[in-house]
Amino acid sequence: MAKLPVQFRLNGSDRATFVDPASNLLDTLRRGLGDFGPKYGCGQGTCGVCTVLVDGEPQLACLTLAVACEGRQIETTSGMADGPNLHPLQDAFMDHFAAQCGFCTPGMLTAARALLAKNPQPSREEVVEAISGNICRCTGYEPIIAAILAAADAPGARRA
Amino acid sequence: MLDLRTCASLSEAAGILSGDRQALLIGGGTLVMREVNEGRLTEGTLVRVTDPAFRQISAGGARVELGAGVTMAMLLANRDLAYLHAPARGIGGPPVRTMATIGGNLFAGTPYGDFTVALLALDAQVVLQSGYGSGRAVSLEDFLSARERGGQGLVTAVQFARPQNPAELHFRKISRVKPKGISVLSIAAYLPLSGGRVTQARVAYGAMAPTPIRARGVERALDGKPLDQAAIQAAKQAALEGCRPATDAIASEWYRREILPVHLGRLLAGEPR
Ligand SMILES: Cc1cc2nc3c(=O)[nH]c(=O)nc-3n(C[C@H](O)[C@H](O)[C@H](O)COP(=O)(O)OP(=O)(O)OC[C@H]3O[C@@H](n4cnc5c(N)ncnc54)[C@H](O)[C@@H]3O)c2cc1C
Ligand code: FES
Ligand code: FES
Repeated sequence: MAKLPVQFRLNGSDRATFVDPASNLLDTLRRGLGDFGPKYGCGQGTCGVCTVLVDGEPQLACLTLAVACEGRQIETTSGMADGPNLHPLQDAFMDHFAAQCGFCTPGMLTAARALLAKNPQPSREEVVEAISGNICRCTGYEPIIAAILAAADAPGARRA
Repeated sequence: MLDLRTCASLSEAAGILSGDRQALLIGGGTLVMREVNEGRLTEGTLVRVTDPAFRQISAGGARVELGAGVTMAMLLANRDLAYLHAPARGIGGPPVRTMATIGGNLFAGTPYGDFTVALLALDAQVVLQSGYGSGRAVSLEDFLSARERGGQGLVTAVQFARPQNPAELHFRKISRVKPKGISVLSIAAYLPLSGGRVTQARVAYGAMAPTPIRARGVERALDGKPLDQAAIQAAKQAALEGCRPATDAIASEWYRREILPVHLGRLLAGEPR
């Protein structure tokens, strides 16, 4: 089967590649474009570690058809820092010991980023809901929730 | 290897689906892509629809029509559909809801299909299009009982009468893991009151049979009665009529049978879970 072309904006840069017709976005990002921010956990939609933003909305890259991203804006954790300056959420995750092995961190950061972009002052329940599709097997969820709430209060945290 | 066809019109997609037995529609892909990733779906053609009609919401009038490609997130963003927010919010976490469609939920195997349970309580119709002709409406109940036979073509939309009093539609998803476990079961009940009595109750369950089902026994027990202790007791007694729950990784058949009347009673009494 012939490969299909696909073009989208990835973390602000235009990218183009060729994919197998049923390729998922996660494979395309990691193997095709060398963006190792989103991770491969389950491939089933259950762990959330592959969460990316597609036109600002959280989506599971492992379940997203790559060709369906034609012309869209994709954002991953690889594009969160501003040069040497970490995103306020990344800072808060470090300050609150919200990452242990770090495997879930890209998905957690992306889920949190999607939440804060829409709701800059979320309640604890709203944070819990926002990360309800993401599994962490190390730190437990408390430090992660605390970090997201702290970032929500932090000056400049509203930077999407 | 899998091929992909992107269709700009619904009739093109319906034509491909009815002409090619190996063609499969991909909606949000939350279930289809699992099959692809796990190597269970390797041959045939995935059919993708980009027709804006597939994602159209018409919710303001007396008759509501939702395109089958409407996602749970789109429903949650629509204020006219607030009465459907509880079942939409019950599906997966936020990234799943960005992707999961109403159409896909109609085909989701038990114990999924929570949104479909709410549609059953609304007595929805499914618009089916096979081949290039126009769609025909069939009742959701008939659609579900035929579903296992497969090959029904393309679902383009669902339709239902807008509930006159949205507060009369109730939905509960019962799961063991908070906040986002898979359903042990789900219940939707549309209970319009007229002169203090229930008229034309419609009650539906998820995960209590191979597909979502209407709870006819409960509907009979409630119709024409005030929602008092006696009616609730009668409804609980009739709760299991027609149920054929499975034992699966989420719960045993026994457990589902035990807890259904309890949760139904609480829903009818307006008590918390
Ligand atoms: C982590 C996770 C959690 C989930 N939690 C829930 C939950 O709590 N409750 C729940 O009900 N579901 C849940 N689901 C299942 C699923 O996401 C939903 O049921 C969803 O609505 C399926 O829609 P989809 O568009 O993604 O389906 P797809 O994967 O695109 O399609 C599913 C099936 O339906 C067929 N199909 C889809 N649309 C049409 C159409 N218009 N016409 C004809 N055939 C069609 C496809 O060919 C395929 O066979 C979950 C899934 C995941 C990954
Ligand atoms: S890898 Fe995508 S949800 Fe687990
Ligand atoms: S830090 Fe290890 S999985 Fe979350």
